[in-house]
Amino acid sequence: MPKHAVISGVHNTKVGSVPDSTVMSLHSEAAFGAIADAGLKLSDIDGVLCAYAITETYPMLSSAFCEYVGVAPNFNAGLHGGGATAAMMAMQATALVRNGDCRHVLCVAGENRLTGMTRDKAVAALAEFGHPQFEQPYGVNIPAAYALVAQRYLHETGATLEHLAALAVLHRTHAAMHPDAHMTEAITLDDVANARTISDPLRFLDCCLISDGGAAFIVSAGETAGDMKKSNPAILGAGQGHTHEHILAAPSLTSFGCKMSSATAFGKAGVTTSDIDVAAIYDSFTITLLIELESIGFYEKGEAGEAALRGELTHGGKMPCNTHGGLLSFGHSGAAGGMFHIVEAVRQLRGEADIRQVPDANLAFVHGDGGILSAHCSMILGNI
Amino acid sequence: MTDLKPVPVPNADTQAFWDACNEDRLLFQTCKDCGHTQFYPRVVCVSCESRNLKWHDSAKLGTVHSYTIVQRAPSPAFKADAPYLLALIDLDEGFRMMVNILNCPTDAATIGMKVHIVFEDREGQKVPQAAPLN
Repeated sequence: MPKHAVISGVHNTKVGSVPDSTVMSLHSEAAFGAIADAGLKLSDIDGVLCAYAITETYPMLSSAFCEYVGVAPNFNAGLHGGGATAAMMAMQATALVRNGDCRHVLCVAGENRLTGMTRDKAVAALAEFGHPQFEQPYGVNIPAAYALVAQRYLHETGATLEHLAALAVLHRTHAAMHPDAHMTEAITLDDVANARTISDPLRFLDCCLISDGGAAFIVSAGETAGDMKKSNPAILGAGQGHTHEHILAAPSLTSFGCKMSSATAFGKAGVTTSDIDVAAIYDSFTITLLIELESIGFYEKGEAGEAALRGELTHGGKMPCNTHGGLLSFGHSGAAGGMFHIVEAVRQLRGEADIRQVPDANLAFVHGDGGILSAHCSMILGNI
Repeated sequence: MTDLKPVPVPNADTQAFWDACNEDRLLFQTCKDCGHTQFYPRVVCVSCESRNLKWHDSAKLGTVHSYTIVQRAPSPAFKADAPYLLALIDLDEGFRMMVNILNCPTDAATIGMKVHIVFEDREGQKVPQAAPLN
């Protein structure tokens, strides 16, 4: 068996309002940052994976990126898995390096979603995800689709709006500890409760941000790890789960494909939820993370919100989660949004998370989901 | 940017469904091989891979599985309606649809509420919607 693939370099750009940025400039800055972090040169990169962008659209974004920076890899492709894309890239890159097709695969994403398009255009673009005949005619948008999930979840579990708010506050607290975060001003449970409703029961502060920003990471063959600049966490296991694209076709509104994706990842890594030191789990809305924490098995159904209120998901707690501040407060820049989670997990495992550092973090759980809890990819990273 | 709400554009998979809507009929599919009920219309049974599907008329009665009150409309066409009710409803025959709940105060909607299907005209194409049963 080939050795475990490793993540040898990570980088995020400044996130939030990044004036004069473009899709390609953010991709480039993130990519060169990750290449430098790994101690590599662009010419060492022999695989490239990109995602998609809505601010500037390219039919073949990954080819356009390679053209823009001047690299001609052995393997180059685009992936479209919404918020799961970054984790899917890691899984695909793992297959490439373990199969011997590539040694160093650059995975990169970035968009100027905040300054590159008007807010109305961004909101309208996010309404186009619905089924063209059976959802879009009803005026659904992404917050409304997640609100349908949230309403049902609250109904079935007896969880409260305060449980949702606890997660919003948690992420803001974490973002305030990160120099690159978009939103760092402190918020309270009352602030979340008093924020305007976007789509009942979700309030403004239950929703992720719209940010400019880029991120990149490099997956390298395990055989190269001894040559690399830094200690490199290994990808110990990964898995996916897919149940639907459109929320009208979801088999359940309270249990999703994260159950399958995480079970596969844990099984391959040979570890369980109780072994995890630090987690980075997709948080497009507060409800997203609440449901995923429970579906994945970190908590029983309806109990993750109480755990957040008790401080279990922050420093000193049982399993610090999204220590960078997540999509809710660090930032959300399209496919780069889910990549920030991977960047943070690697920094935690390397001991590079500065004041956010979780002591003795050796095993991390990373999870991305795309669509309306539609496409899921989970991953276990560890120091070996 | 248009101020008109989206009008469904039927394709070969869905033409029969949308034609029936224009006669105030709600169609759904079952599989002739395994009996599975499905929505939205497609050419394959998602349960057994069969291409042998049959159309049925729904009694147009259902129950709200979940709902939300949309405050921030996704496009100018929906701004005048906001706040409005968006729901997933389970039809009695065993399939789920997305609809708006019409003729219902936003604060009166509940999970478990009984609804019936009504039809709203959009530029000559009727679309199924829900309204409270009583």
